[in-house]
Amino acid sequence: MSDLLTLAHVDVGFATDDGTVSAVSDVSLTVHEGEIFGLVGESGCGKTTLAMALMGLLPTSATVTGSVRFSDRDLLDLPAEQLRQLRGDRMSMIFQDPMTSLDPTFPIGEQVAETITAHRDVAKHAARERALALLADVGIPEAERRYDDPPHRLSGGMRQRVVIATALANEPSLVLADEPTTALDVTIQSQVLDLLRDLRKRLRTTIVLITHDLGVVAQICDRVGVMYAGQLVEVAPVAEIFRSPRHPYTQALLAALPSGQQAPGSLRVIGGRVPNLTNPPPGCRFSTRCPYVMEECVNVPPLAHETDDHLIACWLSDATKDAGRHDHASAGGAA
Amino acid sequence: MSVAVVDTGGRPKAVWRRGILASRKGRWGFGILTVLALIALFAPLLAPHDPNAIDATRILAPPDLAHPFGSDALGRDVLSRVIFAYRVSLGVAVGSTLVAFFVGVPLGLYAGYHGGWVDTAIMRPIDMVLALPAMLLAVALIAIIGPGSNIATLAIAVIYMPILARVVRSSTLVVVAQTYIEAARARGTRTPSIITRHVLPNAIGPAIVQATILMGFAIQIEAALSFLGLGVQPPTSSLGSMLADGRDVLTQAPWVEVFPGLAIAITVLAFNLLGDGLRARLDPKGVTE
Amino acid sequence: MSPRARYVVRRLLQAIPVIVAMSIFVFLMIHLVPGDPVQTMLGFRATPQNVATVRAQLGLDQPLVTQYMTWAGNALHGNFGQDFISHTPVSTLLAQRLPVTIELTLLSMTLAVVVGVPLGVRSAAKAGAVRNATEGFVVAGIAITDFWLGIMLVLLFAGIWQVLPPSGYVPFLKDPMQNLRYLALPVLALAFGEAAYILRTTRGAMEEVLGTHYVLFLRAKGVRERRVVYRHALRNAAPPIVTVIGIQFGVLLGGAIVIETLFALPGVGRLIVTSIQQRNYVVVQGGVLVVAIMFILVTLVTDLIVGWLDPRTEEGDAA
Repeated sequence: MSDLLTLAHVDVGFATDDGTVSAVSDVSLTVHEGEIFGLVGESGCGKTTLAMALMGLLPTSATVTGSVRFSDRDLLDLPAEQLRQLRGDRMSMIFQDPMTSLDPTFPIGEQVAETITAHRDVAKHAARERALALLADVGIPEAERRYDDPPHRLSGGMRQRVVIATALANEPSLVLADEPTTALDVTIQSQVLDLLRDLRKRLRTTIVLITHDLGVVAQICDRVGVMYAGQLVEVAPVAEIFRSPRHPYTQALLAALPSGQQAPGSLRVIGGRVPNLTNPPPGCRFSTRCPYVMEECVNVPPLAHETDDHLIACWLSDATKDAGRHDHASAGGAA
Repeated sequence: MSVAVVDTGGRPKAVWRRGILASRKGRWGFGILTVLALIALFAPLLAPHDPNAIDATRILAPPDLAHPFGSDALGRDVLSRVIFAYRVSLGVAVGSTLVAFFVGVPLGLYAGYHGGWVDTAIMRPIDMVLALPAMLLAVALIAIIGPGSNIATLAIAVIYMPILARVVRSSTLVVVAQTYIEAARARGTRTPSIITRHVLPNAIGPAIVQATILMGFAIQIEAALSFLGLGVQPPTSSLGSMLADGRDVLTQAPWVEVFPGLAIAITVLAFNLLGDGLRARLDPKGVTE
Repeated sequence: MSPRARYVVRRLLQAIPVIVAMSIFVFLMIHLVPGDPVQTMLGFRATPQNVATVRAQLGLDQPLVTQYMTWAGNALHGNFGQDFISHTPVSTLLAQRLPVTIELTLLSMTLAVVVGVPLGVRSAAKAGAVRNATEGFVVAGIAITDFWLGIMLVLLFAGIWQVLPPSGYVPFLKDPMQNLRYLALPVLALAFGEAAYILRTTRGAMEEVLGTHYVLFLRAKGVRERRVVYRHALRNAAPPIVTVIGIQFGVLLGGAIVIETLFALPGVGRLIVTSIQQRNYVVVQGGVLVVAIMFILVTLVTDLIVGWLDPRTEEGDAA
């Protein structure tokens, strides 16, 4: 399996009246072709910001540094026009709320067709044909009749399907799905997830699924990356993450999931509060709430291979300690 | 249509601190208005000359040190005349808007709170008034009652009252749908109490913003009415009547026409700045125009 | 009947009570005047004989309701009575004056829209230089009184440079060039303020739309920015913009009184004002009625256009 998307030391900062907000800090990760990679974390941890940064959709107040290799190019180096050409064609993004993702004054069918004509030199009717096929593909009943419907005639689940059809219109190699099911009913949720999984199989699309819902992760993800306060703290295959989470944050997260076995009235919580990203704690940002915090934690723990496919960024891990020493050595050696 | 129910509580201190002083626009607007208000209030003290003093030697004299705004067709000092006229104009503008405010706000509040036929009964006639172009309505009213600055004040108040009533009604509808109102009702709080303590402070924000902006435009309306001879009557002068006078000597002495107009423009600007400054705090979602 | 058509009909029907109520108000104007309106109208010609004759002519000796019905009935047929001073039917007077006001309004609003909307769109889409330049324009346009600007323009173009006439009018059909020369300054004076207002509204509406999720999604789809702005954003931002344009159109139709007076344009506004000054109430009644009806109709048409733009209105009243 080749690597489709490689992030290296990506930082995203926003200039605000109160100072610079460090929304994403030194994130490096690799997404393999054809997999469904889950990006997990609580609200505000930077996962959406990261995705938007990849797509080039952040406002001008944002500064992005680092490198993002996709399809033999560094996305962060590309001029705006070339990035636009990639968006919707080689890579697309789905947003959380289907009720607000579609232009209320435009027929849904044309919104799908628009994606096609934006990137391919095809005649209008050809685009329409393809759009109809896509709508049928994602499970819109009577696509022909509904092609000219405005969005408000469709339910949330239907609209999300239209959004997915739009995102997949040009068969992108990468789809970033930002909480695609959060705003939907549970029953519709699993339908949409099934749809995504099915599309991945048929089109061999790579999906990065952003969510705060570990249940969704368990359902369809192959690998998972955990983020906290802008930092990537752990990456592992799904089964591995649930079975043996290594990072204290991941452990606390999983422990906080309600299971059948708790005594009534006792839900586990993670003590403390999310740090203020204008003035984040030095080093590991979870250190202020970590039950195992040590002196070393004021230095940022590098993400290291605990095992072949399990990465962790925590000074508790030997791998990290080794990597840390290595970094120091190389930093000291090379000038 | 939604209004963010910002809990300033309508408390004066909150309005001051977070509204006026918080933004640059607000500060500028407030500052300029304070200066203007002081000028209006202390006109007799500030005017360098008697505004009605005719001086045959200075007919249409251009601006100089003693008379920074020049002199008019009767040799009167334009600066002093502007200051006193400003007093009249500002008085009409503020007075009319305040009347409109204190009549319109309770009506809109009442209509929005009770809804149903009360709402219809109140808002229908109000909407009818809104169905007429403002200047026309003012002119028609003056046609019936007769010209004069008090009538002009009344006419402007009549035009403004429906606007403010509507704005308050809109924000009231939003406030009333909030759960804390339901909670107050569930506690058994009596309606007048609910209205004054919970609805009013939260719904009044946009109305204050709107009234501020309307006050600025009121000066323009007064000027228009007086320009047509339907507002202040001689010997009183307002900025509008000065604009009419200035026309006669336009090419020979443009300063007679320029300065009253500038005074109006600065005032409207100041009110707009203040309104914009207040808006950020009192009307974030923009129910006002 | 389709839901759209039903909506249109419903709005038309809603306008009728407003027109009726307003006509009652206009009708009552004569009777609200303190003193005897007939004597006031006739002025020095108010001999008891004349008063009695005119009274009978106007039907003022009949019960109010009958009077109203007669008057309204006549009005529906286009008969607004007769002007006492010139003995011309009011409808003739109005027919002469309306085209002037309409031309003034049309030209001013067109100029204002052509300047205001594109600048508004551009200053919303691009921050920086365009925005700052337009900000000054907006501030000036809103703060400066239109007729004062008119006077200043007269000073400049007629007084100092002497390239345009300060006042007067020639009908378009008689001499288009002259007509436009006479209208140039009043149109400019009106359009300046209107353009500023429209610009500000456009900018505000566009900014709001450009911040929505669906615009974000359009960009995520890789749609060209130009298309995002003009084909999608503007379409969605249109309702408040069109509403403001419509309202201002109506306002100018009824309210450019001062500009008409200033530039001696023989329009309806000026007719009403002079009639008021002459206590010529019959003319005032007819003029106010016609103008008010036009205003109501313009508002109605604006509402309908806005409703047509937003497909959600068919499901009930507009969002």
